[in-house]
Amino acid sequence: MAIRAPDRPAAVRQRRHRMRRHLVHTLDVKASPYAYVAPFFLLFSAFGLFPLVYTAFVSLHEWTLLSDEHRFVGAGNYATLLSDEYFWNATVNTLSIGVLSTVPQLLLAIWLAHLLNRPLRARTFFRVTLLLPNVTSVVAVVVIFSQLFGRDYGLINWVLGLLGMEPIAWNEGVASSHVAISIMIMWRWTGYNALIFLAAMQAVPRELYEAATLDGASSLTQLRRITIPMIRPTIVFVVVTSTIGAMQVLAEPLLFGTYSVTGGPDRQYQTLSLFIYEHFTRLDFGYASAVSWMMFVFIVVAVGVNYLLTRRAKGSLT
Amino acid sequence: MGKLRPRVVAPVLAAVLATGVAACGGAEGSKQAASGAPAEKITLTVALFSDFHFAPLYEEFKKTHPNVEIVERRAQFNDHHRNLTTQLATGSGAADVVAVEAGYIATFTPMADRFHDLNQYGLARRQADYLDWKWKQGLSPDGARLLGLGTDVGGLAMCYRTDLFKKAGLPTDREEVSELWPTWEAYLEAGKRFMAAKVPGAAWFDGPGENFRAMVDQAPVGYYDERNNLVAATNPDVKKAFDLSVRMIQAGLSAKLAAFSPPWNTGLTKGSFATVICPSWKTGSIKDAAPTTAGKWDVAAVPGGGGGNQGGTHLMLPKQGKHPKEAAELIDLLTRKETQLRLFTEAGALPSIPALYDDPAITGFKNPFFNDAPTGKIFTDAAKALRPQHVGPKAGDVLTAFGNALQRVEQGKQAPEAAWEQALKDLERIK
Repeated sequence: MAIRAPDRPAAVRQRRHRMRRHLVHTLDVKASPYAYVAPFFLLFSAFGLFPLVYTAFVSLHEWTLLSDEHRFVGAGNYATLLSDEYFWNATVNTLSIGVLSTVPQLLLAIWLAHLLNRPLRARTFFRVTLLLPNVTSVVAVVVIFSQLFGRDYGLINWVLGLLGMEPIAWNEGVASSHVAISIMIMWRWTGYNALIFLAAMQAVPRELYEAATLDGASSLTQLRRITIPMIRPTIVFVVVTSTIGAMQVLAEPLLFGTYSVTGGPDRQYQTLSLFIYEHFTRLDFGYASAVSWMMFVFIVVAVGVNYLLTRRAKGSLT
Repeated sequence: MGKLRPRVVAPVLAAVLATGVAACGGAEGSKQAASGAPAEKITLTVALFSDFHFAPLYEEFKKTHPNVEIVERRAQFNDHHRNLTTQLATGSGAADVVAVEAGYIATFTPMADRFHDLNQYGLARRQADYLDWKWKQGLSPDGARLLGLGTDVGGLAMCYRTDLFKKAGLPTDREEVSELWPTWEAYLEAGKRFMAAKVPGAAWFDGPGENFRAMVDQAPVGYYDERNNLVAATNPDVKKAFDLSVRMIQAGLSAKLAAFSPPWNTGLTKGSFATVICPSWKTGSIKDAAPTTAGKWDVAAVPGGGGGNQGGTHLMLPKQGKHPKEAAELIDLLTRKETQLRLFTEAGALPSIPALYDDPAITGFKNPFFNDAPTGKIFTDAAKALRPQHVGPKAGDVLTAFGNALQRVEQGKQAPEAAWEQALKDLERIK
């Protein structure tokens, strides 16, 4: 159809021109949205998707960093993993620390947000204060808390002593170490989540509260019957992000055990991330990748369960 | 406030003196620098795992190499070595000069092609200076390449708190204390006597791991045989050390503190334990960690009759470094005789140059922090008696497995036999 036509009639030329404009317009409408979102997806492919796929590839090999040969072992790493008691130990620890830190954290965050969501002196001051623990370096937080939880000279045991109780070796026991680590996580994230809740609460129409107050509903009832149902999408969001965060806890247990990659001598508080890190530091990348993938699956499952639970939570207004 | 003055004057004086010394010592270096083309500005990074007290030496080096900037970075011990492994494997991020401790040296020397061969920078001439075994630790497995120069070695002694010994009615004189524990069995018995006196807040030693390590270090063979086979599970000396450590735990002698953790530092200051195994360099660690306990310490012979080496370091140049010539000159300075002499008195780093063991400046050295104990004499004697052991490639991981096992016993989580079995299972995972 390559027509070179200096003598082409004007009408034809005009029609072609119109067609081209139409084509450009259609292209603009249909394609440019993709162009606008492309940067994210390109970056995501490079830094999200590719590593994910590559990790899956590595996990099928016996792969150490120091050797250039990578032997294909199929699902071998996964088979070893499923019968590895240390892996299951890490999984249980992760879930336990996750529940211990997330549940009280979110309840506390909602309550704090509720307190701040009313006329209050120096409101900005309180809101900034809430966020302060989150901007502190995690290392600083854990170092300070590890001292507070010290067995011989820790502040907490000193207070327990004043109350006539026996000192607790926080980092020796399973439950006690999980509590200590959960408190560190809560310290950092409660205020942050409270601010997110607060933002959502401020979008709840005032009239609802006024009407409820006129009807004689207490503050707690208002929280339960109005606030929580109204901000449920935000709660779902926060539950999902907190779950993901809780599944990936690394710095707290690592530093709490003063750089012990086993998370205590009996692996009392070795989380999944720390378990990955242990094998990573041994340069056993194949196995570490397999664990990473299992962790990814666990996160998807945990998030899915939490999503369903929070979405179906009782008490609806809308 | 007037009192502050001498304190200010002293470092200034020291700095001036150091400059003078540097000017004399650096003549050879400056000639080399002068002969080269007008030098470009370069930066050398030095990666260490603690304070090696190198700072004045950098200044000295810069006198002869005005174009060189030196940046030191430090990381926690385990992290430092893990980082180095990763940096070597990925081929980026390693410092120009890296410190590698004895527990890890055999991990890195097999990767000979990832380090500069120091023979090419004229450092082979240093061989005559060194303890033979220390020199050999820095060679590639085939012996053809020189990969690291030694700084210090870790001859063993036992540090103890005279104030706590006195309270418990034990002798405090270092000769008599040494006679208390000719063997580790006797050390255990002495510990029982100490605990029977019920000195408030004080246990006999910090934690079982370090004593276990010392006992194994004193044996002719440790975790690996000469051909790098892991023999920890079958070596009777390892089991013996483990069992004795368990008995010490069961006798309630341990303060349950992991060495070098923050609570351990607090324990040093507060006197939570009466004895602590002291490789030479640890006298420096104790002084740095618990400066307020000056004069309360003393140093006696190690139980089990000398022998072992614990720790000590090599300086190596990763191949990634772009300025091997300057870096080689730097480590030459950081390890030479004068430096090692100075670092012994300043930081307790026992020289790896045997000629210094008869140098009166060292043999006559008394450590004021340790109640004027003649640490010069004690540690050079230990160094002369030292029978070095072959260190295998994953010695660090092996030690962690046994250390964890002992801690499990200590924390009452496992019976000794079960802990031993689990440690052996953990060893099987160490490839």
